[in-house]
Amino acid sequence: MNDSHYCPHTPEEIQEMLSTIGVASVEELFAPIPTELRAKTFNIPPGMSEFETYSRMQAIAGENSQGMTNFIGGGFYDHIIPSVVDHLSGRAEFYTAYTPYQPECSQGTLQALFEYQTAICRLTGLDVSNASLYDGGTACAEAAMMALRVTGRNKIVVDGCVSPFSRQVLKTYLFNLDVEVIEIPPLDGLLNREELAAVLDDSVAAVLVQNPNFFGSIEDFTALADQVHGTGALLIGSVYPIALGILKSPGEIGIDIAVGDGQSLGNPLSFGGPSFGFIAAKKSLIRNMPGRIVGETVDRNGKRGYVLTLQAREQHIKRHKATSNICSNQGLCALRGLIFLSSVGKEGLAELARLNRDKAEYAKALLTKIPGVTVLLSAVTFNEFTISMPKNADGVVLGLLEKGIAAGVPLGQYYEGSENCMVVTVTEKRTKKEIDLFAKELEVALCS
Amino acid sequence: MQLIYEQSVAGRRGVKLPVSDVPAAPALPGSLLRKEKAALAEVSELDLVRHFTNLSRRNFSVDTNFYPLGSCTMKYNAKVLENAATLFAPFHPMTALLPGGVEFCQGTLGMLYDLGQLLADITGMDEVTTQPLAGAHGEMTGIMLIAAYHEAKGNKAKKKYVVVPDSSHGTNPASAAIAGYEIITVPTASYGDMDLELFKAAMTDEVAAVMMTCPNTLGLFNPHIKEISDIAHSHDALMYYDGANLNAIMGKVKPGDVGFDVIHVNLHKTFGTPHGGGGPGSGPVGVKKTLIPFLPQPRIVMDDDGKLLLETDNKGTIGRTANFFGNFGVMAKAYAYIIMLGREGLIQVSEQAVLNANYIKERLKAYYDLPYDMTCMHECVFSASKQLEHGVHAIDIAKFLIDKGYHPPTVYFPMIVKEAIMIEPTETESKATMDAFIEVMIEAARTAESNPQALHDAPLTMPISRLDETKAAREQNVCCAW
Repeated sequence: MNDSHYCPHTPEEIQEMLSTIGVASVEELFAPIPTELRAKTFNIPPGMSEFETYSRMQAIAGENSQGMTNFIGGGFYDHIIPSVVDHLSGRAEFYTAYTPYQPECSQGTLQALFEYQTAICRLTGLDVSNASLYDGGTACAEAAMMALRVTGRNKIVVDGCVSPFSRQVLKTYLFNLDVEVIEIPPLDGLLNREELAAVLDDSVAAVLVQNPNFFGSIEDFTALADQVHGTGALLIGSVYPIALGILKSPGEIGIDIAVGDGQSLGNPLSFGGPSFGFIAAKKSLIRNMPGRIVGETVDRNGKRGYVLTLQAREQHIKRHKATSNICSNQGLCALRGLIFLSSVGKEGLAELARLNRDKAEYAKALLTKIPGVTVLLSAVTFNEFTISMPKNADGVVLGLLEKGIAAGVPLGQYYEGSENCMVVTVTEKRTKKEIDLFAKELEVALCS
Repeated sequence: MQLIYEQSVAGRRGVKLPVSDVPAAPALPGSLLRKEKAALAEVSELDLVRHFTNLSRRNFSVDTNFYPLGSCTMKYNAKVLENAATLFAPFHPMTALLPGGVEFCQGTLGMLYDLGQLLADITGMDEVTTQPLAGAHGEMTGIMLIAAYHEAKGNKAKKKYVVVPDSSHGTNPASAAIAGYEIITVPTASYGDMDLELFKAAMTDEVAAVMMTCPNTLGLFNPHIKEISDIAHSHDALMYYDGANLNAIMGKVKPGDVGFDVIHVNLHKTFGTPHGGGGPGSGPVGVKKTLIPFLPQPRIVMDDDGKLLLETDNKGTIGRTANFFGNFGVMAKAYAYIIMLGREGLIQVSEQAVLNANYIKERLKAYYDLPYDMTCMHECVFSASKQLEHGVHAIDIAKFLIDKGYHPPTVYFPMIVKEAIMIEPTETESKATMDAFIEVMIEAARTAESNPQALHDAPLTMPISRLDETKAAREQNVCCAW
């Protein structure tokens, strides 16, 4: 009987192999496992055909609400994905390969990752990038740990305007280390610079900010970078790669380590993953970078080629003294990011960024016409903005969900006193018609 | 091959973007804008397609070559799994975190819950969190759960150490270090696993956890595992199971039954999801009841009516280890794999993985030194020490295999075997494929004696020959200048 047709042996072949090995049965090969330790139960349901499996998966996907119009972000964004991304990353030579430990037969993956690192450096205006991390949240944590190593200090200051999820991930990562995490509560949706100045001293390893922040606000952190550097600390900036089509780059701002989530670069929403985290830094920090890094070199004939480099930083060499425990990264998602960026290109990314802002500004103007709705005006915004409503945002959002509109992310559960506020996201995918309908439905919800 | 940036021509476009149907927004202040656009490639769609298609052809992969990379379980990745994952592409994870949002995500939350139940049964655990994004991420999560357990008992200050065998994956000590632990490494005994006497000597009440891979990285099942676990528990140290080698034991033995308290599972190894050239993986973590209060949030729970909810307010939690619910797309593939193969299919997977590894071991042991000559599980570890007498290293054999169209086995790991060659064929390879590979391995052993230079020169058939790694590390050219 062949329950897994992915196991190709015929009974005759199995017999031949057993006699080569010199045992009578496959069961004999499990003799090293003491009998008293053997599994007494194994309650996995019986298998099914490929067709039935796919049908079951369709049924599961069908249990989610379909066709939701997304005005939500919070770290994951509903952006276009050019067709080439699926087709090229779907080349099995890419997706069924492993980490490129053997460079001669992995130049495809290695060169692609070198090109990816280049794209991230050019986007962030920084010198070095690794070959990807898990996601935006863990990238914040890895950057903080990098800063702790570089400075030998033990305090991380975090702007409360950074995504609450990333802040939680950071705190989880640092909890067992001898590190103090100081959070600065937001002031009107912006970094409270006075409070920051009060805690910034020469025991601080790094300050973590986000741009645009969780409220959608764009801040100029150029002066902050000088202030942070003045105390010998590093500035870590979590950035939104689509916004970097037009916004001042981390390099121009003076950020030492830029991180972010690469989902918006050609990776589907897919209920939260897989995406990838990116990390880029100034050249002097390269030996403290976590994860794989691809470097250019030459072969025995002087021909250009690519290898994993500076591996002495990594866990498979350094074990507990490694710069990170990361082994598997999100290589295929990073490849998708590279294909996305190479498809939209230099002019296209700027155009895409402007398109996002145009749509968001249109929506912002429309929503503020609704009686009682005001927009947080403390800063300019990119494709997300915070509105205040005359009703509790939770109820409003739930009501609109039932009409197929994911209207925004209510802030009440993340920021005390913000119960009537929500963050609205408008990407290039949202049409004027969808925005108009959203405004109409929101008005109905608020005025009824 | 040219880099994509070397093919760039100003003004060329790879995709047409939507035309705006709203008025242009007023410009942002200049102080917030970048001075120059990011110097991304400017290529046509066809240029792009040729470039990446041709790049892909410079890779060995499971779909093109036998890939017996030990410890990585490079099994065939069924195509239907790829199709299944794309069904979930449109679902935004924030929807589930909105007030009342779980109602709209019962399918995806339900699948994660069911996957957790299936993995709990396979591993003998009580609950599984699907949040960790890879194996090492699962290890870190698991060790943090153990730290939280000791802290809740008021023992945080006392528990300082994590014990690992010297054959362990490098991620084990690296993950324990993030959770603030110091490492005690126990040497391997002649029977191919952690030396029991040295282990006993290392165990004190200051040990927080023992991290084991079972079968271990030599492909051997530790016959003393229960005793080790009992000793650990007598010191209130918890047992951590590195699930990298789970492919060997499905339906045969459950780590939970043997005394393990925490386990991570590499879905990209055992459960048939592709490795993606280095990722994404997925590393769900299973725990025994005592550790449930510390699991990451949001935790997916089922109410009495079978409705899935998110628990977000548990005070004991270690917090969040990732932004959302884990690598959902990878988990969808693993879930489809498990339900498709079913009970008997999974048992067959482990049986044939073990059969294949033992077959290769038996057929090659006359040609290569086998430092631990006993029945192996899913992989076997040889040493190139015989070949070294002729000046041939494991890496030379690896490069020779590349010329013959085989991805090399893992070399130089585990570190306790000199010139290690670690072969994991997996269950999806046919006897014919393995026989052909064995012949080439024999040819390599003969060539090592007759013409070692031929092995030093390999590979000769690839787009490039061996690369200067020292130059790469010295020059640190990791980004194409612009």
